[in-house]
Amino acid sequence: MHELPATQGMLDVALEAAREAGASRVREIHLVVGELTSIVDDSVQFYFDILARGTIADGARLVFDREPALLRCHGCGHRDTVVPPLRPTCPACGALELEVTGGQAFRVDSLDVDGGDVEGYSEQAEPSAKASTE
Amino acid sequence: MKVPVVKEILKANDSVAVENRETFDRAGVVVFDVMASPGAGKTSMLLATLDRLRNDVRPGVIEGDVASSIDADTIAERGVPVVQINTGGNCHLDAPMVRSALPHMQVDDLDVLFIEDVGNLICPSNYKLGHHFSIVVSSVTEGHDKAHKYPGIFAGADVVMINKWDLADVFEYDLDFFTQGIRMVNRDVPILPLSSKTGEGFEPWMEWLHAAVDAPSPVGTAG
Repeated sequence: MHELPATQGMLDVALEAAREAGASRVREIHLVVGELTSIVDDSVQFYFDILARGTIADGARLVFDREPALLRCHGCGHRDTVVPPLRPTCPACGALELEVTGGQAFRVDSLDVDGGDVEGYSEQAEPSAKASTE
Repeated sequence: MKVPVVKEILKANDSVAVENRETFDRAGVVVFDVMASPGAGKTSMLLATLDRLRNDVRPGVIEGDVASSIDADTIAERGVPVVQINTGGNCHLDAPMVRSALPHMQVDDLDVLFIEDVGNLICPSNYKLGHHFSIVVSSVTEGHDKAHKYPGIFAGADVVMINKWDLADVFEYDLDFFTQGIRMVNRDVPILPLSSKTGEGFEPWMEWLHAAVDAPSPVGTAG
């Protein structure tokens, strides 16, 4: 249920960006989705296939880049990536003093399109989520 | 051809949330999004809160439900202005839904507005409404593992309540475990065990609430 309005929002963002770029067809949509957002990839793809019918994004492939949630232990300094359900103790030292950050992203990172008049982008930039979490 | 986008998917919702927030700020009303799972006791907590509000604080309530007006009717019996939003199956309120409710409410005449979100620990946390503060109501009967299982909603909370505290012994509720789960994602949020039935624990909550109404945070977490 959650994925339906979320997917509609994602499609709107992608179509607007494709229009601005003068694209005739959207081949791929690259998404960054945080591990704590509870967004289910298959469910988004399912709704997308229905919602995108009749648009220039019809049949586009969705590529999910998962933004990890990061765990930091205040006991031993151990750092790790985590997915819910969060474990109550540090996997390294067993301490309870843990902090989890990140994993909340939900954005369209880039499109792969046919046609279009945007120049100067031969390669996709490294996804900013990755850069910011390392 | 690659087209860089880097755009938040819920941006359309967020921009309406900003407009809502401007409306609230102009009216001088402090707005709370009350989130919880179904049956945690959001409505009971609100009723007990309304009974304890200072006399000079004028409250209003927006009730979000998938269907029915049971909660709104209960609030209206208290003589408090209330607007019901039925989401028609949607699992959360969003900013446009809240905007659509505002013409039916004299926000200029309010000091505090509680928006009771749809019962759900997943979706509501992703949708900004224009509110100043996020309240997450957990409850003893749900168990003490909710923060570990649904960290997203607790990460954005400004207050976390543990309702039905009068049942803590019966359910062998582990407050330390729950607290530790909350602290993983939200280091400073107040955690307030309370009982809407007995009134136990309401003093610190009402103190926090009145302080928030008197001097609302200019930032909030969810505006």
